[in-house]
Amino acid sequence: MKPEQMVHMANQIAGYFAGYPREEAGSAVADHLEKFWERRMLQQIFEYVDAGGAGLDELAVEAVAVLKPR
Amino acid sequence: MMIRETDYGTPARIAQTLVMLEIDGAAVTVPRGTSIMRAAIDAGIQIPKLCATDNLEPFGSCRLCLVEIEGRKGTPASCTTPAEAGMKVWTQSPKLAKMRRGMMELYISDHPLDCLTCAANGNCELQDMAGVVGLREVRYGYDGDNHLSAVKDESNPYFTFDPSKCIVCSRCVRACEEVQGTFALTISGRGFASTVSAGGKDFLDSECVSCGACVQACPTATLMEKTVIEKGQAEHSVITTCAYCGVGCSFKAEMQGNEVVRMTPHKDGKANHGHACVKGRFSWGYATHKDRMLTPMIRAKIEDPWREVSWEEAIGYAASEFQRIQAKYGRDSIGGITSSRCTNEETYVVQRMVRAAFGNNNVDTCARVCHSPTGYGLQSTFGTSAGTQDFDSVEDSDVIVVIGANPTDAHPVFASQMKRRLREGARLIVIDPRRIDLVRSPHLQADFHLPLLPGTNVAVINAMAHVVVTENLVAEQYVRDRCEPAAFKRWRSFIAQERNSPEAVEAIVGVSAVDLRAAARLYATGGRAAIYYGLGVTEHSQGSTMVMGMANLAMVTGNIGHRGAGVNPLRGQNNVQGSCDMGSFPHEFSGYRHVSDDAVREMFEEAWSVTLRGDPGLRIPNMLDAAVDGSFKGLYVQGEDIAQSDPNTKHVTAGLAAMECVVVQDLFLNETASYAHVFLPGSSFLEKDGTFTNAERRISRVRKVMPPMAGLADWEVTLALSKALGYPMHYSHPSEIMDEVARLTPTFAGVSYARIDELGSIQWPCNDKAPEGTPIMHVDGFVRGKGKFMITEFVPTDERTTARFPLILTTGRILSQYNVGAQTRRTANNIWHDQDVLEIHPFDAEHRGIRDGDLVSLASRAGDTSLRAKISDRMQPGVVYTTFHFAGTGANVVTTEYSDWATNCPEYKVTAVEVRPVERLSNWQQEYGKSRRETTQILKVP
Repeated sequence: MKPEQMVHMANQIAGYFAGYPREEAGSAVADHLEKFWERRMLQQIFEYVDAGGAGLDELAVEAVAVLKPR
Repeated sequence: MMIRETDYGTPARIAQTLVMLEIDGAAVTVPRGTSIMRAAIDAGIQIPKLCATDNLEPFGSCRLCLVEIEGRKGTPASCTTPAEAGMKVWTQSPKLAKMRRGMMELYISDHPLDCLTCAANGNCELQDMAGVVGLREVRYGYDGDNHLSAVKDESNPYFTFDPSKCIVCSRCVRACEEVQGTFALTISGRGFASTVSAGGKDFLDSECVSCGACVQACPTATLMEKTVIEKGQAEHSVITTCAYCGVGCSFKAEMQGNEVVRMTPHKDGKANHGHACVKGRFSWGYATHKDRMLTPMIRAKIEDPWREVSWEEAIGYAASEFQRIQAKYGRDSIGGITSSRCTNEETYVVQRMVRAAFGNNNVDTCARVCHSPTGYGLQSTFGTSAGTQDFDSVEDSDVIVVIGANPTDAHPVFASQMKRRLREGARLIVIDPRRIDLVRSPHLQADFHLPLLPGTNVAVINAMAHVVVTENLVAEQYVRDRCEPAAFKRWRSFIAQERNSPEAVEAIVGVSAVDLRAAARLYATGGRAAIYYGLGVTEHSQGSTMVMGMANLAMVTGNIGHRGAGVNPLRGQNNVQGSCDMGSFPHEFSGYRHVSDDAVREMFEEAWSVTLRGDPGLRIPNMLDAAVDGSFKGLYVQGEDIAQSDPNTKHVTAGLAAMECVVVQDLFLNETASYAHVFLPGSSFLEKDGTFTNAERRISRVRKVMPPMAGLADWEVTLALSKALGYPMHYSHPSEIMDEVARLTPTFAGVSYARIDELGSIQWPCNDKAPEGTPIMHVDGFVRGKGKFMITEFVPTDERTTARFPLILTTGRILSQYNVGAQTRRTANNIWHDQDVLEIHPFDAEHRGIRDGDLVSLASRAGDTSLRAKISDRMQPGVVYTTFHFAGTGANVVTTEYSDWATNCPEYKVTAVEVRPVERLSNWQQEYGKSRRETTQILKVP
């Protein structure tokens, strides 16, 4: 998908979990991505974060860090 | 065999006290309040009747059901006289016989004596009663004043009204009032001049919604289906389930051989109790429409004309193309879409084929674009992805909240049940940008209509919950006993914050804080409160958040787990619930179990003799994105028309056009078929066995009444494709598919065709704990254990109005058409709605120089289309509305790619648009017409 669309979707998810305490939110976003995003989508966000992650919510970046080693 | 239900004459009464009486010497015991007529029928004694029928309150006008009661003077009507303890009733005597014969003489003296050529011949209560009372002559002759030359009203496309045959029993008028709740009919005139009137110049011009309740109630041929007039009475009937909305009405398909004569609502149907709407009752002609595609077709490129081939060649070609694509682009380059219009069994085999034969989890269903947020939201809070109540629960509701739903148009039969409860005194809160019919209609007035701005649902529900929490209206004991304490504590702290107060959000949501507070107080303190909601909740960027918000509100007020309460999605299509239950989502097996659950996956692996993937597949919008990106090349679409129904049409069609093999299985050459390489003819609900699961989790049988017109039922086609892919699935009948579902799905463990036949229908969960099913869920505790309050921060959608696009478009459907219109456009329903129109508030119209009926451009950042304007004060200023029933309108050319954060359910309900008068159709529409012609050519074999 277009990078801006991917960023929008990831930020929406981060936006929801931002309502939770910071220490839970990152892993909650990671769990959500793992549960619902197909591997191509995950790969895309991994690569996007590797390339700087412009425009991505901090929680989404944090989620990628949690998710990548899984 | 014709199935004939017993007519008990008057409705059943529910009472703790029983009374015992004697009728014709036989002892009978009935609940207090039961009529003598009904008590007699309970005892096997038929009392003649004409104006009585058991879905209407007794009326006492026909004077045929007179009886004698020991110790009482006169001959009271048995329909209006309640049975009392110790009564001794006589239903037959020379006196009664004489009186009844006298009444029949009067009726027949003003009735055409054309029984042999009458459409009701053999199925006419007047004819039957003449026989029962022994009428042999009419002493008055037939030359007096009469109504025999009264003009027949044939304006309605589905039934006629012949006043010459009317006995003015008022059953039709009462059915319109009591059963349907429309109040379109009345008796006009007095005495001899009394006649049934629809108010307008004829039925078509009236408020009549063509539900057929009057036709069903008519004891003569006065109101008669045109198909019966044309074809005659049926010789056998079969109980089946409607294939339109999620109410899932039970019908009798009345047949002559393999031909449907009429569809009549089945009185024992537990979802509809003998009622119907115009679609289920009359709009079934599409099933045998000349547009049905009955021969498989293939083509190498979508620019080529279609070539008709055998089933073997079509299936073989599809399989070889899928195999070629996977060999070239990888295992994940293909996927499938199941349909909420197909049966449970059909969706189950499609998802099995994708997971087992395609070898990936790229399976999704059209619920993606409607109720997927329901799944997420209710699973997170309650622990299962389904509505909490049966429909009958509404009969015990004291407060009814309707949010983002328009039941009188989209779920008409349930709306009638709801309206009946409202007429009995239940309070009503409507939360909807439009003034839907429920807000104000005959004998109904909502206590509150909160006309919120589209996109602000979550702020509204949070404000209501804020009032509950800050005004000490919390059901503290319930929450303590039933919900997770830590999650509640966190949520309570969140929701109590001032920014969630009605005063803080009123400017955002467009509803006064006073009304928000009053509505919240009513919901929390008005007794048993039920929430019913539709796509106006789910089809938003915060659709899932809103579902959780409603669940929070219900839990905090103790409104889950008992009759009259609950959180209830009104499902759009017949089998949305079922298609989700059957494992159609890319991340879940049947019964909502994630594919990453090793134990569950191993169970399916063993049952299916194949290794399965534990990572989620692509959802529909993701498939299209991947197609545009070049990594998704093949798609099997059963019974869904994504090119018309899904948002941002240009993106959808770009995705489809980028694929190398699209296989469409459908009744008609739909819009998606324009981008297909293989067309496999579908079978209608009349042509196959199976089950549908309605919005109340009710599993009902779909029964085959005619052979598949193209030779194969849909499930057989999927089996053939799977076999051609090297993965044969061995079922000889859909019942065996359901048996497998039951073996592998704990909530379906007790379901089988035999059990459904025995019980009539079953609401899941059905297992050892609930062998007869579960009408109401979460009774002794939530499915997930403790209910979980979820944080529901309001996050405005990124789809904002601007100077360029200053209005908000919201979309929906209307009574006479259904979704993409593939079915209803191929019926006479077009007489009511032959095009999509744009509803616009008078202020917005005047500001733009738009008059009613003008052609206007509807433009968003995604695209533009043109359609006729309808000026309506149902809209609020700043909001416009249209339907998406006609492909040529291209409503989804305008909608955008924004979607629900959790599920990717499209945000159909909020699109920033501008509207202006134009003189011609949009470029998209002009190109559509041309490309549609080109892509639907069928090669004619000389």
